[in-house]
Amino acid sequence: MIPSLLLIPAAAGVLAYFVRRAGPRRALLVLAAVAHAGMTVATWVVEPAPAWGGWLALDALGRLFLTITSALFLAAALYGVAYLREEGHGERKDVDEGFLFDNAPEATFTACLLLFLAAMTLVTVSQGFGLLWVAVEATTLASAPLIYFHRHHRSLEATWKYLLICSVGIALALLGNFFLAVAASDHGGTSVRLVLPDLIAGAGGLRIVWLKAAFLLFLVGYGTKMGLAPLHTWLPDAHSEAPSVVSALLSGALLNCALLGIVRVQQVCAAAGQAAFGQGLLVGFGLLSMAVAAVFILGQADYKRMLAYSSVEHMGILTLGIGLGGAGTFGGMLHAVNHSFTKAMMFLVAGNILTRYRSKSTDEVRGVLRVVPASGILWTIGLFAITGSPPFGPFLSEFTILKAALDQGRAGVAITYLILLAVIFVGMATAILGMAQGVPRDARMAARAREPLLRVVPAAALAAVVLLLGVYIPPVVRTALEDAARALG
Amino acid sequence: MSGGSVMPLLLALGLAPLLLGVIIRTKAVMAGRVGQPLLQPYHDLRKLMMKGAVYSRTTSWVFRAGPVVGLAAVVVAAALVPFGAPALVSFPGDLLLFVYLLALARFFTVIAALDTGSSFEGMGASREVTFSALAEPALLLGLATIARTTGSLSLSAMLPHVTGAVWAHGAPPLALVAIALLVVFLAENGRIPVDDPATHLELTMIHEVMMLDHGGPDLAFILYGAALKLWLFGALLIGLALPLHSGHLWLDAGARALGMLLLAVLTGLVESCMARLRLVAVPKLLVGAGVLSVLALLLVLRSSP
Amino acid sequence: MSGWADTVLICIVLTSFVLLGSSRLGACIRVVALQGVLLGFLTLAGRQDASSLRAPILALVSTGLKGVVFPWLLFRALRDADVRREVEPFVGYSLSLLIGTAFLAGSLWLAGRLPLPNPTMSPLVVPVALFTMLVGLFLIVSRRKALTQVLGYLVLENAIYAFGVGLVEGTPMVVELGVLLDLFVAVFVMGIAVFHINREFDHIDADQLRTLRDWAG
Repeated sequence: MIPSLLLIPAAAGVLAYFVRRAGPRRALLVLAAVAHAGMTVATWVVEPAPAWGGWLALDALGRLFLTITSALFLAAALYGVAYLREEGHGERKDVDEGFLFDNAPEATFTACLLLFLAAMTLVTVSQGFGLLWVAVEATTLASAPLIYFHRHHRSLEATWKYLLICSVGIALALLGNFFLAVAASDHGGTSVRLVLPDLIAGAGGLRIVWLKAAFLLFLVGYGTKMGLAPLHTWLPDAHSEAPSVVSALLSGALLNCALLGIVRVQQVCAAAGQAAFGQGLLVGFGLLSMAVAAVFILGQADYKRMLAYSSVEHMGILTLGIGLGGAGTFGGMLHAVNHSFTKAMMFLVAGNILTRYRSKSTDEVRGVLRVVPASGILWTIGLFAITGSPPFGPFLSEFTILKAALDQGRAGVAITYLILLAVIFVGMATAILGMAQGVPRDARMAARAREPLLRVVPAAALAAVVLLLGVYIPPVVRTALEDAARALG
Repeated sequence: MSGGSVMPLLLALGLAPLLLGVIIRTKAVMAGRVGQPLLQPYHDLRKLMMKGAVYSRTTSWVFRAGPVVGLAAVVVAAALVPFGAPALVSFPGDLLLFVYLLALARFFTVIAALDTGSSFEGMGASREVTFSALAEPALLLGLATIARTTGSLSLSAMLPHVTGAVWAHGAPPLALVAIALLVVFLAENGRIPVDDPATHLELTMIHEVMMLDHGGPDLAFILYGAALKLWLFGALLIGLALPLHSGHLWLDAGARALGMLLLAVLTGLVESCMARLRLVAVPKLLVGAGVLSVLALLLVLRSSP
Repeated sequence: MSGWADTVLICIVLTSFVLLGSSRLGACIRVVALQGVLLGFLTLAGRQDASSLRAPILALVSTGLKGVVFPWLLFRALRDADVRREVEPFVGYSLSLLIGTAFLAGSLWLAGRLPLPNPTMSPLVVPVALFTMLVGLFLIVSRRKALTQVLGYLVLENAIYAFGVGLVEGTPMVVELGVLLDLFVAVFVMGIAVFHINREFDHIDADQLRTLRDWAG
C-alpha cells in the first residue's frame, strides 16, 4: 500500500505534464487527489505493511500527518480546478503595481503540484533519516516552481529566497544526518542503521555529544524549512507571493513535514534520555517565533503576508508545546492538526477575496461580508479560529499548552505566551474584521459577486473540521496524538 | 655563533651578477634574439664604478648613504645563508636577522628615493613598501614552517636538514612553502608578474623608479645589491627544494649552483611568457602566498603538537 | 592510504582559497567542479572494503555529476544570462582570503575539540570539511550575484559530502544516490531560476532582490 501511496501522485504528476488539454488535466489532478485520500483513509482501517526493508513505514504520527496532507490536498485540488478555470491563463494585470504579467504553463503547475504531494507523502512514510532528508529537499524543489506561478519579479524574488535559504538549511540538516550516523556508530565498526525503530531500540549506545550536535543541526536545518524565527525570513515572501492554493498547501502541509523531521530526532533523543536538552531550545525558538510574528502582524498592510506571519506564530506555539513536554507535547501535536486545517481554509478564502477585490491591501479591502458573503463568513470564522477562540480547535490546543506551562510552574513562559497571543489577536482582528465589515470603497464592487461552489465548499469543509476538532476529538486521533506525545517524552 | 665555511659568501658575491645575465639571456632567446653576453652584468658594474656621480642639490646625506647601506646590509645577509656548506655566521634566530637586514636595505633604498623630493620616486616607494609589507608574512611564516619541521631556528641548521626523508614525511606543507617562497622571490626582486624590470615607463615602474636618480658607483652598488638579493632568495628556495646532502662541499655547492641557474632560466621563462599583473591584483597574489604559508604552518603545527 | 587522502584534502583547501580570491565567474565554476572531482578521489581513497563496488560507483557518479553536469548547467545559465562575468563581492578579495585563513585556523582548533570516533580516513577530514562549509556559507553571504550563491551552496554540499565520506561508512547506496539526485535537481532548478532572474531584472544581483520587505528603507 505504501508504494502505491507514493507512486500514484508521482505518476499522475509526470502524466499531467504531458496532457495537452486543460479539462482532462484538471480531472487528473482531482482524480489523483481523491485516490490518494482514499488510500489514506484505508490506512486507518488496515495497518499498511512496512516496505523496502523497513525504510518506509507508517507509524501513528506519520499516519496523522499523512491524513492532514491528503485532506488538504484534496481541498486544494478542488479549489484549484475552479481557480485555474478563472485565472489560469492569459495575461493579467498585477494587483499591486499594475504591470502585466503572465502565468506559468498550467501543465507545469499541475505536474509540480502532484509531485509536491508525492514528496510530502514520502516525508510522512520515511522511517530512515537519510530518506527523510531526500524527501524534504524534494518538497523544496517541487514547490519552488509553484511559488513562481505568477511570473513577475516579486514572486521570482520570493522563489529565489525560498530556494536558497531552505536548501542551505536542509544542507545543514544533512550534516546533522551524518553526525547522527557518527553517534550511532560503534567502536567495532558495526553501526546502527539510521532507521527510526532501530535507533530507538539502540538508543542506549549512542554517543551523546554527537547526538546533541545532530539535534542542533536538525533543529536549525529543518527549523529553517519550518519557519522558526530567526530563520523564517523566506516564509512571508513565499507564502504571500504564491497563489492561494499553493500557500494553503505550504502553510498547512509542508511546515508540518518539516516539523516531522525535528520530531523524529527528538524521539531518538528522548529514547536516549536526552529529551531535556532539546526542550529548552524548543521553548526558546517557539517564544522567539511568536514574538517576531507578533511584531510583524501589527499593522501589516498585506493580508496574505499577515497570514504568513500567523503561520510563523503558530509554528512557534507548537514548538513551544513540544518543548514543554508531557501534556504540552500533546497540545503541540494537536495544534499542528488544528493549525493546518485552519490556515489552509484562511488561505483559500483569501484567494477568493483577492480574485474579487484585486487588491492585497488590508486597507483597501472592505465589506467582504456584503460582496462575497460565503467567503466573508468563512473569513470571520477563520479569524476566531486562528486566534484561538472557543469553540474552535486551536483554542483547545493552545489552552492545553498553556495549562502544561502552568503545571510545570513556568509562569514566565505562560505569561509571555498569553501576552503574545493577545497582541496577535488584536493585530489580526483589526485587520480581518476591518476587511469583513463596512462597505467596499469602490462603489462598483458593491454588487454581490458570484461565488463558484468549488471555491467555497472546500474552505467550508475545512472550517467544519476545525469546528469539529474544537468540540470533539475522535478517539483514533486522540490515541495517535497521545502515542506521539509519549514517544517524545 | 658557530663558524662555518666562507664558501657560501664567496659564491654569492661572485656568481650573483651571472644570475642576472642568465635571466636576461633567457628572455632574449625566448624573444628570438641572440641577446647580450652572459657576463655583461659584470662589465656593466665595472663601467659604472669607473664613472663619476652627480648629486642633485635637493638631496642630503641620506641620498648618498642609501646605496652604501643597502649594499652593506645585503652583504651581511649573504653571510647568513648556507649554500652547500653552513654559512659563515650562524646562530639561533638568524633567520629573523636575515629578513630584517633585507628590510633595512629596502628601507634605505626607499628613503634615499624619497630624499630626492620627486613625485615619481615617492610613488614607486609607496608601491614598493606596500608589496613588501604584504610579502613579508609569506616569507616569515614560510621560514617558520621550515623551522618547525626541522626543529631549529638557524638558517644554517634548517636548510641542510631538509632532506629527502623530511620531504617524504611531510611533503604537502613543504610544497606549499616552496610555492609561497617562489612568489616572494618574484615579488621581492621586482620580477614579472609583480614588477617589470625592463620597463621604461615611469608610471609602471616600482623598483626601477627608485634607481632613477642614482648614477655611477651608487648605481653599481644598487645593481649589485639587487643581484645579491636575487641570489639570496634563490638560495633559500633551492635550499628548500633541493634535498641533496652528500656531505662533499663541492658536490653540494655545485648541485645548488646548478639549481640556481635552473631557477634563473625558470624566471626568464616566466618573464617571457607572462604579463605583469594589474597593480590592484598584486596584493591578491601576495596575500595568496601568505595564505599558503599560513596553511603550511597550520598543517605542520597540527601534525606535531 | 592516509598520504593520498591528506594530499587530496589539502588540494580541496586550496580550491576553497582560490574560490575566495577569484574574481572571474567562469574560473569559479571550474574550481567548484574541480572540488567535486577531488571529492570523488576522496571517496575512492577512503573506502574500507576493497572488493565492493559501492565506492567506485559512487565516486564515478558524483565525479560525473559535479565535474561535468553541474558546470555545464551553470555555464549555460551564465551564457544565457549574459551578464558581466565578474564576481562583484561585498567583501573584497584580499579580505576574503584573510577571513578564509581565520576560518581555517578556527576549524583546525574546533576539530581538535571534537572527539572523533575511529578515524576512518585521515585526521584532516573534519577540519577540512568544517573549513569548506564555512567558506561555502561565506560565499553565499558575501557575494552579490545569484550564480555565486548557487556556487556557495554547491561548496556547502561538497563540504557536507566530505564529512559523510570521511566519517560514515554505513549509508546505503540508495540514500547517497538520492542525495546526489536531489543536488542535481536543485542545481537544475536554481539554474532555471537564475535565467528567469536575469530575464526579469537584466542582471543577476541577488542583493537587488529587495522589494519584498517589512522594514522600510
